[in-house]
Amino acid sequence: MTPRLIALTAVFFGLLAAVAVPLGRYIARVFAGENARTARVLGPVERLVYRLAGVDPASEHDWKQYAGGLLLFSLLTQGISYGVMRLQGSLPFNPTRLPGVAPWLAFNTATSFTTNTNWQSYGGESTMSYLSQALALSSHNFFSAGVGLCVAIALIRGIARRETTKLGNFWVDLVRAHLYVLVPLCLGYALFLVSQGVVQTWAGPAHWTTLDGAAQSLLRGPVASQEAIKMFGTNGGGFFNANSAHPWENPTPLSNFAQMFSIFAIPAALCVTLGEMVKNRRHGWAVFATMTLVSVLAVAALGHFEQVGNPALTHAGADQVASALQCGGNMEGKEARFGIADSALFAVVTTDASCGAVNGMHDSFTPLGGLVPLLDMQLGEVVFGGVGAGMYGVLVYVLLAVFLAGLMVGRTPEYLGKKIDSRDVRMASLYILIPAFSILLFSAVAVLTEVGRAGIMNASAAEVPGAPWHPHPHGLSEILYAFTSASANNGSAFAGLTAYSAAHPVFYAVTLALAMFVGRFPLIVAVLAIAGNMAKKRPVPPGPGSFPVDGGLFVALLLGVILIVGALTFFPALSLGPIVEHFMQR
Amino acid sequence: MTRHQAPTSASIWDTAIVRPAALDAFRKLNPRAMAKNPVMFVVEVGSILVTVLFLYDLARGHRVDVKFNVQLIAWLWFTVLFANFAEAMAEGRGKAQAATLRKMRTTTTARRIRAAGDETALTPGATPAIGEEVSANLLKRGDVVYVAAGGLVPADGEIVEGIASVDESAITGESAPVVREAGGDRSAVTGGTRVASDWLKIEIRQDPGGGFVDRMIALVEGSERQKAPNEIALTILLAGLTLIFLAATVTLEPFARYFGGSLGLGVLVALLVCLIPTTIGGLLSAIGIAGMDRLVQHNVLATSGRAVEAAGDIDVLMLDKTGTITYGNRQAAEFIAVKGVERRELAAVAALSSLPDETPEGRSIVALAQTMGIVPVLPAGASFVPFTARTRMSGVDAGERVVRKGAGDAVLAHVRGRNGVVPGDLQPIVDRIANAGGTPLVVVDGALVLGVVYLKDTVKPGMRERFERLRAMAIKTVMVTGDNPLTAKSIAAEAGVDDFLAEATPEAKLAYIYKMQEGGRLVAMTGDGTNDAPALARADVGVAMNTGTQAAKEAGNMVDLDSDPTKLIEIVEIGKQLLMTRGSLTTFSVANDVAKYFSILPAMFTGLAAFQLTRDHPQSSYFTALNVMRLGSPQSAILSAVIFNALVIVALIPLALRGVSYRPLGAAALLRRNLLVYGLGGVIAPFVAIKAIDLMVRGLHLA
Repeated sequence: MTPRLIALTAVFFGLLAAVAVPLGRYIARVFAGENARTARVLGPVERLVYRLAGVDPASEHDWKQYAGGLLLFSLLTQGISYGVMRLQGSLPFNPTRLPGVAPWLAFNTATSFTTNTNWQSYGGESTMSYLSQALALSSHNFFSAGVGLCVAIALIRGIARRETTKLGNFWVDLVRAHLYVLVPLCLGYALFLVSQGVVQTWAGPAHWTTLDGAAQSLLRGPVASQEAIKMFGTNGGGFFNANSAHPWENPTPLSNFAQMFSIFAIPAALCVTLGEMVKNRRHGWAVFATMTLVSVLAVAALGHFEQVGNPALTHAGADQVASALQCGGNMEGKEARFGIADSALFAVVTTDASCGAVNGMHDSFTPLGGLVPLLDMQLGEVVFGGVGAGMYGVLVYVLLAVFLAGLMVGRTPEYLGKKIDSRDVRMASLYILIPAFSILLFSAVAVLTEVGRAGIMNASAAEVPGAPWHPHPHGLSEILYAFTSASANNGSAFAGLTAYSAAHPVFYAVTLALAMFVGRFPLIVAVLAIAGNMAKKRPVPPGPGSFPVDGGLFVALLLGVILIVGALTFFPALSLGPIVEHFMQR
Repeated sequence: MTRHQAPTSASIWDTAIVRPAALDAFRKLNPRAMAKNPVMFVVEVGSILVTVLFLYDLARGHRVDVKFNVQLIAWLWFTVLFANFAEAMAEGRGKAQAATLRKMRTTTTARRIRAAGDETALTPGATPAIGEEVSANLLKRGDVVYVAAGGLVPADGEIVEGIASVDESAITGESAPVVREAGGDRSAVTGGTRVASDWLKIEIRQDPGGGFVDRMIALVEGSERQKAPNEIALTILLAGLTLIFLAATVTLEPFARYFGGSLGLGVLVALLVCLIPTTIGGLLSAIGIAGMDRLVQHNVLATSGRAVEAAGDIDVLMLDKTGTITYGNRQAAEFIAVKGVERRELAAVAALSSLPDETPEGRSIVALAQTMGIVPVLPAGASFVPFTARTRMSGVDAGERVVRKGAGDAVLAHVRGRNGVVPGDLQPIVDRIANAGGTPLVVVDGALVLGVVYLKDTVKPGMRERFERLRAMAIKTVMVTGDNPLTAKSIAAEAGVDDFLAEATPEAKLAYIYKMQEGGRLVAMTGDGTNDAPALARADVGVAMNTGTQAAKEAGNMVDLDSDPTKLIEIVEIGKQLLMTRGSLTTFSVANDVAKYFSILPAMFTGLAAFQLTRDHPQSSYFTALNVMRLGSPQSAILSAVIFNALVIVALIPLALRGVSYRPLGAAALLRRNLLVYGLGGVIAPFVAIKAIDLMVRGLHLA
């Protein structure tokens, strides 16, 4: 790690911890209905929404009702988004006269945004009208984050409550998530982004003539408003194809820092929320510490491998040694204005959280550098993770860690006084099993089929006897990355893979959409089932015989479970992708 | 396990158990039996697939790597067999225990004097000639049998008439016969014990094969073993891990095809078998059976594995004071008369009230009076009013004369009910005795208070240490006593218990258990009386004393054959050990995977064509680069990992059967220790072992 990266990381996580406290406590108050100050202003709006929607805010849902409402809401809004994209050609706010989005692409994109993945098989500015960007996509940036927040809160309630079936009212939680958390945060943040130079306009492209007389047009649009929730909601779907590497999406070093920070802001705050809601602040901080540790390890590894550089580039005569004139390292696919440090931290933050916004091209990282974001996602997006999704994901790992620990100390495992039974373990196992199956099986299908391999950019020049084509480990990495990103609801890509083309419009559009779907909703149902099961239980008062869920031992155990489960599951596949590529390069 | 050293632990590799177990290991290959254990089932299916494919290749004349494949297949099958062997060993040890238990159930005939359902009154007195001889196996619940001196009690039951000394050595190993009699808390008899003197009429309280011993035999033999909740949860987790590794392994073949190669079924199955948690999967049922077995070794019978697991979770332990914490027989030490009453008069009335009282206390009062030269005579027509937990008094009614002795407040209520006067100096006497840890028995004759009998109660030696050990295990001890709060407090302080429940009625005990459970605590209690039955049934772990009534035994979920209430400490430790052994071996099993990856994966991918792409890198470049363990060759690397994986099961059988040692430390300290030993040890040990096996494999030119 260079001094710059060390300083950057230290400031980043220090500031994160500082902001997490007030924000996390505020979120806890919002979902307990105790946010008196903001409710004074926005309360009338909240009550109006309930009256219009016919929601009785006093009635609460059990886990099945909660899941039912959530699924209904998500699938319905997904259908609306699909319709808007398909029909955008005949709808307003389409200054560049873009035609309707192709069916499978629209299906893939609607699924992608509903699941908080924001995988983009299209170039934003050249495919989507302003209306589609705002109505079909940005709306889901809010909704999917809100839904994630609801599930996390429901799970924490399940843990904190006793002897009840009720987890809260989904519709109330959803409204509160938007009205009191997401919308106010994004309003201020969008204005800040505009101050940094992010464009925000309903006008069409800007046209001018260059010095040498050529006509040029620069595409623009309502970027800042979409950018705010893209980050705060850990969505990551950029307005422009270049995402946060585009100077109008991410113009300055300050905006770059703010973007990274806003990705982690809510997930980090939820650690504090957890501590508040279960009345064990130290536990919340233990979770925070675990996440921070994994992140810092990842930043150190990625920073190191990128700084060392790419032997292939050295071979081609590029100077990758840091000097007074340049930052050195592997600069392929990185913005010169961000350099190694800001790109490395951004890549880790965006893949630790299930954001997927990028300020550099992950596909151009060194093999082991690229392994870091890949593994980050494969750990299950539990290192801060998506809004809500990271929290409920990490709590599943906490349950498993506590289960093992409990057995090892000779007691029926209990988490915060709740005994962990076989139903919890079944759901937790499913939670880990489903994404692993999705990643590995879809990747296997893709490499076995011609249409799957057709998307790969990095094939080998040489023919290999027996191989159905020219194989290169990086091609496998690209496919693995795509299905990892989709299953983990991240959305970033090894973009060398062409996931959508006129020649092959179906295969990746459908398989990736399926991966995104199974990586989201079955897991949410499993989590809510755990929440329902937990809520029913009667807590055991903690004693010296129960395993403490704060302190270094717990952090070490949780860290071990997250790393070992993730690493053991994917090490075989990774060793045929990035790892073998690394050894081939040497 | 410091106090009782398991008697058979020294002889784990006893040939009498090992030989049949080895045979059983093959018998257990039946897939229908294997399917109960998802992890080992996957290993068996994999082994079958590899074997069939190998034989098919041979039949086609396709002979590649025959030596390697034969060894690989052999070791895969050994993995399954070793796991079966572990289970068979545990069952074998259980069967040895069961054989001992069966001796209690020697088939014998019994003289049935009334069949179940028959309501005719029994003829009182010894009636050896009445009734019919029936096989003990045919006796039903409700049958009444007559057992004469020298006869075996045919089945568990309750004495309806008679008093006899019973030799229970077959069950308890205690050679001195004990007195059993109708009524009260000593009325239960166990099948297989022998009536040493006199005779008994016993009402059978079990259906054929339904006795405690029968159930326990089924449990220790493993035939009827139901998985306990934590075991089920762990099995689910292990199945989940197995599925994950299945996906990780199966998808490697498509990835290899992408590079134009193929890994081959044998190697893939080898990797899968090494990755899935076979160590814990293979030993899981053995651990459960061994837990029951250890319980039997401590002379405790349990009705279910669930009860044993629950024992590990106990937060509150309710112990009867009498007989558990103190020597049960409180002895009369002194007669203290109130002002204006002669000490002799008090002694005479106290002795009179105790004359028909067969309790040790009663007898000690009579004995003390006799030392003063008093020879009490029971008036004709006098009837005995026994002590009950509700009245907390006993005495004699002789015509108009009502003589009582009992707990202070109970007797005083009785006196006030008869418009009697309570002497002013009574309370100080009572308090003084109670404060000294004694039991004051107030004696009244009609409405006249005579004085107090001072019963002394002595705390057994070593109790304080035991309670400290429990405290270290985070278990709160509660002393339950019928004494008044002052007495209870004094003895509680002397014995070192955390809390006490004084003047405990059966209802109060039950209420206390409810209160604890309401707060989410798990409660264990011991008991022997019929009035303990509701509380025993309500408690999460209810240990009935074998000397207790049949009702108590049926209400609890364990029976202690030694009737030693402090046995609960061992029971708790066995429960904890059971969970710890499972958890530790799971951690060990998963931690092992790291080393296995480093030995198998580099070897697996060596042959892939794509890795031969660059001219400067020879074929095995990938193997050499990742072969951090410097294993001899790809084949020996794979073999070594599989051999290690199989052998580690055998190596851990003693640990599985004996259990991870438990020390009463805090949870964090215990976890740190086990994580270090089984987690870190589990990462390091296989590196060393696989390297050693690899050296051997190469030394023997096996690969």
